[in-house]
Amino acid sequence: MSSIQSGIRQIFVGIVCLLGAAGASQAQSQNWDDTLAEARGQKVYWNAWGGDERINAYIAWVGKRVWDEYGISLNHVKLSDTADAVSRVLAEKAAGRTNGGSIDLIWINGENFAAMKENGLLHGPFSETLPNFAGVDVEHKPSTRVDFTVPVEGLEAPWGMAKINFIYDSARVETTPRSIPGFLKWAEANPGRFTYPTPPDFIGSTFLKQVLIELAQDRDELQKPFTSEERFAEVTAPLWDYLDALHPHLWRKGELFPANGPAQRQLLDDGEVDIHISFYPSEASSLIATDLLPGSARVFVLEEGTIGNTHFVAIPFNASAKAAAMVVADFLMSPEAQAEKQNETVWGDDTVLAMSKLSKTDQQRFNDLPRGAATLTPEELGATLLEPHPAWMTRIEAEWQERYSR
Amino acid sequence: MLLFLAPIVAGLIGTWLPAVGIFPALGGHEFSLAGWRELFAYPGLGSALRLTLTSGILSTFLSLVLVIGFVACCSERKSFQALRRLIAPLLAVPHVAVAIGLAFLIAPSGWLVRLFSPWATGWTTPPDIASVQDPYGFALTLGLVIKEMPFLFLMTLAALHQTHADRRLAIARSLGYGPVTAWIKVVLPAIYPQIRLPIYAVLAFSLSVVDMALILAPTTPPPLAVLVLRWFNDPDLSMRFVAAACASLQFGIVAAAIGGWRLLEIIIARLTRSWLTDGQRGYGGRALAPVFGLAASSVCGLGALSILGMAIWSFARRWRYPDVLPSVVSLESWMRQGSSILTAGLNTMTIGLAAAAIATTLVVACLENERRQSVSSNGRGIWLLYAPLLVPQIGFLFGTQVLAVHLNLDGTWWALVWTHLLFVLPYVFLSLSDSYRNLDERYVRSALCLGASPGRVFWRVKLPMLLRPILYAMAIGFAVSVAQYLPTLFAGGGRYVTLTTEAVSLAAGANRRVAGVFALLQALLPMIAFGLAIGIPALLYRHRRGLRGIA
Repeated sequence: MSSIQSGIRQIFVGIVCLLGAAGASQAQSQNWDDTLAEARGQKVYWNAWGGDERINAYIAWVGKRVWDEYGISLNHVKLSDTADAVSRVLAEKAAGRTNGGSIDLIWINGENFAAMKENGLLHGPFSETLPNFAGVDVEHKPSTRVDFTVPVEGLEAPWGMAKINFIYDSARVETTPRSIPGFLKWAEANPGRFTYPTPPDFIGSTFLKQVLIELAQDRDELQKPFTSEERFAEVTAPLWDYLDALHPHLWRKGELFPANGPAQRQLLDDGEVDIHISFYPSEASSLIATDLLPGSARVFVLEEGTIGNTHFVAIPFNASAKAAAMVVADFLMSPEAQAEKQNETVWGDDTVLAMSKLSKTDQQRFNDLPRGAATLTPEELGATLLEPHPAWMTRIEAEWQERYSR
Repeated sequence: MLLFLAPIVAGLIGTWLPAVGIFPALGGHEFSLAGWRELFAYPGLGSALRLTLTSGILSTFLSLVLVIGFVACCSERKSFQALRRLIAPLLAVPHVAVAIGLAFLIAPSGWLVRLFSPWATGWTTPPDIASVQDPYGFALTLGLVIKEMPFLFLMTLAALHQTHADRRLAIARSLGYGPVTAWIKVVLPAIYPQIRLPIYAVLAFSLSVVDMALILAPTTPPPLAVLVLRWFNDPDLSMRFVAAACASLQFGIVAAAIGGWRLLEIIIARLTRSWLTDGQRGYGGRALAPVFGLAASSVCGLGALSILGMAIWSFARRWRYPDVLPSVVSLESWMRQGSSILTAGLNTMTIGLAAAAIATTLVVACLENERRQSVSSNGRGIWLLYAPLLVPQIGFLFGTQVLAVHLNLDGTWWALVWTHLLFVLPYVFLSLSDSYRNLDERYVRSALCLGASPGRVFWRVKLPMLLRPILYAMAIGFAVSVAQYLPTLFAGGGRYVTLTTEAVSLAAGANRRVAGVFALLQALLPMIAFGLAIGIPALLYRHRRGLRGIA
């Protein structure tokens, strides 16, 4: 066992040394072959949010593929909250377990990533040396290298692209809002028919950030941590005024919020609300295809654009099967896995890859994907707004608790 | 015993130290009350506390009143026997399954409303009423009552048997007491001490429940136990200190509530002493019978409907408001989950069987030892055994996790069985000790007189005679193991997926189709266990009528 570990360590040292070295690709592929050899027969415990059956089914498909291709046995540990995994790695660090940890791979981004990076709980850098990283659209999708303004620095591998969009039932709703102030007017005209998931659920928090950005005087200021308490109060004042005005017109008069995104999806299907906030642009079509929403479900976005980000996979510092975890992370970025993931009948999560960087056959995979009636074209989806610095989000979530959860 | 309690003690210490700022992995080396200060600065603390106390105490009180009222008023009615039969399956159904089903049943867009909409209510869209996750925690209280009433009912039945209540009642009735008055004056004072510990366990559980609260309690703010879990899981790692402080507060509240309840017992006992002995025969109370009968049956009915609703959901493809039944039906939810059902089901079964078998063996050994040494393990021993049920889980499981990691045991199958054993053992002990102690000593003596060794007597006389209660206790232990959520999460390191962890994580995703599959399976497994516990002795002893009756 220890010889395997020291072997793995040597490979990592090798990979790290090769980072950025020009002309090292041959040595790199040599190393990658070693990693593949090392990975064969390893067990990977992948801790990933398990609240969506479609995503779970996709992960099961990944498990089947890496078993066939690389002899890796992949186990999906279904979390109800990604922070559970952060908590576990921390407990292991508390107990002094620096190797043989129980988590090999985590589905992660944003705050959780920032917390793990800050506390030295991550293995790497590794992601940019993975063979399939070459296809990632780092030029046009900057969030693949900067996660909520925190530099990724190779500590996590990009997996999918998220962008806020709103799903409604066109059979029941005629007009939809086009801006954040428009949402207030709409809610006044349709009392009790809109809500958002309870922050700190990531969709609920992202809705708050959408409000913050759209109402802010200076959007660039949000890209840096706030400079002082006064500044925070000043910049976020329009947000709180807005929410104070909005809440009385929400579902349950703003006294109760759904637990998370899927819970709000259920409310839309039950007819309790009229709008569901989604993070995946093809989710509406996917939900129709899997019979979780009626065929009349459609999508709208806001005129000034909506927040988008990237979600990743990372490897804890004490993971037991680092080689196999890297192979899985690499497979997740492969055109095959990315196209399957974007397939609306599977999940409908957008790719991190650049079409221009792919071969003709791989491009064809994406062109052949079915396109549901509820999916907007990239042009219709509109501009992508950048995530604010996590400092804003953390503070806003706390402030939200203070104001509305008492 | 030491091995058994060590995790709890270590767990409590591992939780209390961070509460006062000591947690080396996070750089906490010095005593500090910052965690507590931050906890008390949390604006929702007051509401969370109120919610915890009202739902916890109210549900315990309601369950107790319902059980006492029902047993006192209705024990001669037909409904008593019917309900008695319904109790075991309800007891077997894990909390999460009930919570998921109840949430669908009573939601504004739920089954009950759908039955009457829109033709009777005129609601073409569901009304905007918080009937689930209501700010007062009534939905949570109701869910707890559905689960706790059967438990207290079963414990009361056992106590009735133990205190020879029927004889007491017969004497009181012959002296001219009204049936209900007779029960309250003569039987209740005798059985209460027997059900005191179960009541405290219910109280402690209700005050610190997590899995049910995640589904039925409001979120802004949630009850205390959910706050603890949320803070333990906060990406901002310094929140661990606040979480630890809150977990300690939770422990204090449970201790205070049990203390307060005890105090109340004493006061009530004092105040009613003269009434108990005043000789008033009292014929009222009969009028109350239909009330309690109806209340108890509706609680059980709600429980049964909750499970039925989830069973239907597991076969639904499309089921929108206001359809009373699914518009599109399919087997797909079951087919798609095939492999995870298999893994989760196998894990649940092996862990549950191991924990139940070990617990039953230990309990039988302990009781047999007690018999032979003629020591009685009442009093302190029982309290120790009960400790895992009286200490809030959330208060010590994090500390236990750190201990398990230190011992390199975390995430292993044995750690999981061991942790489950903490909760399985007390229940098995509770359900077996009576029958074991009540076995007529004369059988043993006769066998000994005939020259059999004590070992032979045990294997050839006692075990066969006690087979039914032993299997029953094992089934209860199995059911308890199946229902464990937090212990599985903490000790298993998420590597051991059980039907319960699967059901909770899917309930978080609010996908009723799949949650229905797991809730149903989760309810089914313990029911099979109970079925076997009743069926095996019936089959083995089909020619021995005398052995079938002993339970």
